[in-house]
Amino acid sequence: MSIMRFIRPDFWNADHESTGPYKNLFDYQRIWRLSFAVLVVVSIVPLVMMAFVDFNVTRGSVESDSLLKTERLTSNARRSIAYFLNERESALKFIVKENSFQGLMESGRLEKILASLKDSFGGFVDLGVIDKDGKQLAYVGPYELEGKEYKGQAWFRQTEKKGTYISGAFLGFRDVPHFFIAVKCSGEDGCFYILRATLDTSQFNGILASMDISGGGDAFLADTEGIIQTPSSWNGNIFEKVRFPLPEESYNTKVSQIKYNGKDQALVGYAYIEGTPFVLLVVKPLSMLMASWEKTRDTIFWATFMSAALIVVVIWIVSSYMVERIYIADLTRSKTLQKMEHHNRMASIGRLAAGVAHEINNPLAIINEKAGLLKDLFTFSKEYEADDKLIGLIDSVLRSVERCGKITKRLLGFARQTDFKIEPLKPGEVIDIVLSFLNKEAQYRSININVTVADGVSSIETDKGKLEQILLNLISNAFQAMRDGGNLQIGVAPENEDEVVFSVSDDGCGIPEADLKRIFEPFFSTKKNTGGTGLGLSITYGLVRDLGGRMNVDSEMGRGTTFRFALPVKHPELGKD
Amino acid sequence: MKILLVDDEVELVSALSQRLGFRGYEADWAASGDEALQKVKENEYDLAILDMKMPRYSGLELRKMISELRPGMRFIFLSGHGSEQDYLEGSSKAECYLIKPVSIEQLIEKIEAVSC
Repeated sequence: MSIMRFIRPDFWNADHESTGPYKNLFDYQRIWRLSFAVLVVVSIVPLVMMAFVDFNVTRGSVESDSLLKTERLTSNARRSIAYFLNERESALKFIVKENSFQGLMESGRLEKILASLKDSFGGFVDLGVIDKDGKQLAYVGPYELEGKEYKGQAWFRQTEKKGTYISGAFLGFRDVPHFFIAVKCSGEDGCFYILRATLDTSQFNGILASMDISGGGDAFLADTEGIIQTPSSWNGNIFEKVRFPLPEESYNTKVSQIKYNGKDQALVGYAYIEGTPFVLLVVKPLSMLMASWEKTRDTIFWATFMSAALIVVVIWIVSSYMVERIYIADLTRSKTLQKMEHHNRMASIGRLAAGVAHEINNPLAIINEKAGLLKDLFTFSKEYEADDKLIGLIDSVLRSVERCGKITKRLLGFARQTDFKIEPLKPGEVIDIVLSFLNKEAQYRSININVTVADGVSSIETDKGKLEQILLNLISNAFQAMRDGGNLQIGVAPENEDEVVFSVSDDGCGIPEADLKRIFEPFFSTKKNTGGTGLGLSITYGLVRDLGGRMNVDSEMGRGTTFRFALPVKHPELGKD
Repeated sequence: MKILLVDDEVELVSALSQRLGFRGYEADWAASGDEALQKVKENEYDLAILDMKMPRYSGLELRKMISELRPGMRFIFLSGHGSEQDYLEGSSKAECYLIKPVSIEQLIEKIEAVSC
C-alpha cells in the first residue's frame, strides 16, 4: 500500500449514494470519520488531562516549595536580627546593672566600657548617660554631644515609660546610617538615668548579606512607616519609601504575594521585629522562582504535543487501513452476489431455451410431416399430378423446417450441457456449431470468418459445452471489437504432442497496454456504462482452466487482438483411468 | 413390415402413417396409450414408434406394457424434449432415440436398421 493510499484510500471515492436504503452502512467516509474521531478523543483527552494534571501538580509544588523557602529564609533572618538587637540590649542592661550611676560617671569608665563593647560585640559607635531631666551627663564617641538636652523628645519619653527603646535608622553627622538603643536604670527614690548607645547599620547589612537569597531576591529592613533602613538591591534607596505597600503587621513570619511595577508578581516574606521599628522584608520575583518550572512545563508541553501528533498519525493510518479492509470485503461480497446472480440468470436462460425449443419442436414436427405428406402425395399419387413449382415450394418448407430443427436441437444441446462430460470431439465441428449461432450477425455486418484447422488435429478429449462456451465468448468479443467488414481468423493447430492451440484473431480496435494485464480479472470492464459485467473473459479464463488448459492474449492498438488457448489432447482425468 | 405409431399429436401420426404407407410400410397409428394397447392386442406389429411424453403413460411405460403383450417387438423413441435423463433412458432401453422434427429419410434409415 503506498503512502498516498493511507492518506486518501480508495473507499474515499466510493459511491455510497447509489447503495439505497442502507447507505449508512456503506458510507465509508462516515465510518472513517467516526472511528477517527472516537479514537482521537479517547486517546488524546486522557493524554491532555494527564499533562494538565502534571502541569498543575509541578506548578503547585514549585510554588509551595518557594513559599516555604522564603518563609524559612525570612524566619531565620528575623531571628538573627532579633537576636542581634537583643544581645546588644542585654549588654546595655548588664552594664547598667553592674555599674552604679556614680560608677558610670567616673572619668574613663565610660570610655572603657565602650572599648569593651566594641571589642566583644562590635557595631557600637558611641555611648552616653542621660539623667532623668533629659540631659546628657556623660558621653563617649566621635561627636560633641555632652550636655545635650533630650527631655522633650519622643524616644526619651518612650524609654522612660517602657525601660528600653530601639530607634529607627538615621544618617547622623557622619553621613552613615545609625540607630540607637536606650536602656533605663531606675534608682530607689524614683530617679532614673538612661544609657544610650548608637550602632551603625553595617552589622545588619552583614546579617542580611549572609542570607542565601538566590535568583534575584532582595532582603532588607524597613521601618513601620515603610522607609528603607538598609541597602536594597532593587526596591529603592536607603531612606526612601518602599515601592509597594507594607503588609499588615505581624510578628510571625509570613509570606504574601504582591504586585510591583504594576504587573510583575513577587513573593514577599516579612516579619515585624518585636520591640523595634524594624520590618524585615524578603522580596523574590515570581518569574525567577518559576523559571525552573517553566522549563519542565515546556518539556511536558512538547512531549504531549509530539505524542498527540504521533497518536493522530497512527490513528489515521489504522482507521484508513481498517475501513479500507471493510470496503474491500463489502466490494468482494457484492461482486460475489453479482456473480451468483449472473450464474442464476444463465441457468434460467438455459432452462428457458430448452423449454422453448421443446415447445417449438412439436409443431415443427407436424409441419414437417404435413409438408412431407403433401410432397409424398404429389410424388406417389397420380391423383395429384406432380408440379415442379409446387414440389419446389414444399421442398423449401421442408428445408426451413430442417433449419429450425437444427437450431432447436442445438439450443437443447446447449442447455443440456450442465454436466461435465469428457468426450472425443472434432475441433472443426465444435467451431462450426458455435459459428452457426453467430452466422447471421456475421452476415449482417459482413464480417469475414476464416476457419483453418491444421492437419494433424483429429480429435481432442474435452467437454463440449465448455469448449463451445469458450469459443462463443471469444468470438462474440471479437465481433464487438471489430468494425463491420472486419476479418476474423479462427485457427486450430497442434502445439506439441499433447496440446492443441485454438486461436481467435480479429482486426478490431485492440486493447490498451494498461488494460491488457487486467482483462482476465473478474469485474474488469471497459464497457461498464453500456452494461458490461466484466465477467465474460474471467469466466472464459476459468473455463479454460477447468479444461486443464492455459490462455494468453496478444494485442496491438488499432491492429487487432489474438486470444490463444491451449487444451490438452488427452484429458488428464481420462488419462488416469 | 407392420409399424405402430403412437403420439398424442394426431396430426403428426396420421400424416406420418400415410407417408410411411407411400413408402411401402404398413403403419397404424394411435393417439393414446390405451388405444395403442388395444391395437397391439388386436394386431401383430414388428415395430412401434413411440413419443416419449404422452398423457397418462410416458413412452417408457407404454414400451414396458407393450413388451409384456408382444415380447418380440422393437421400439424407436421420438421426442421433442431433450433432457439428459430421457436421452439416457431412451437410448438404453430402445433401439433408437430421435429428436423431432425428423426427416422421413432419417426415420426410414432407422426403421431399416432396427428391423434387420
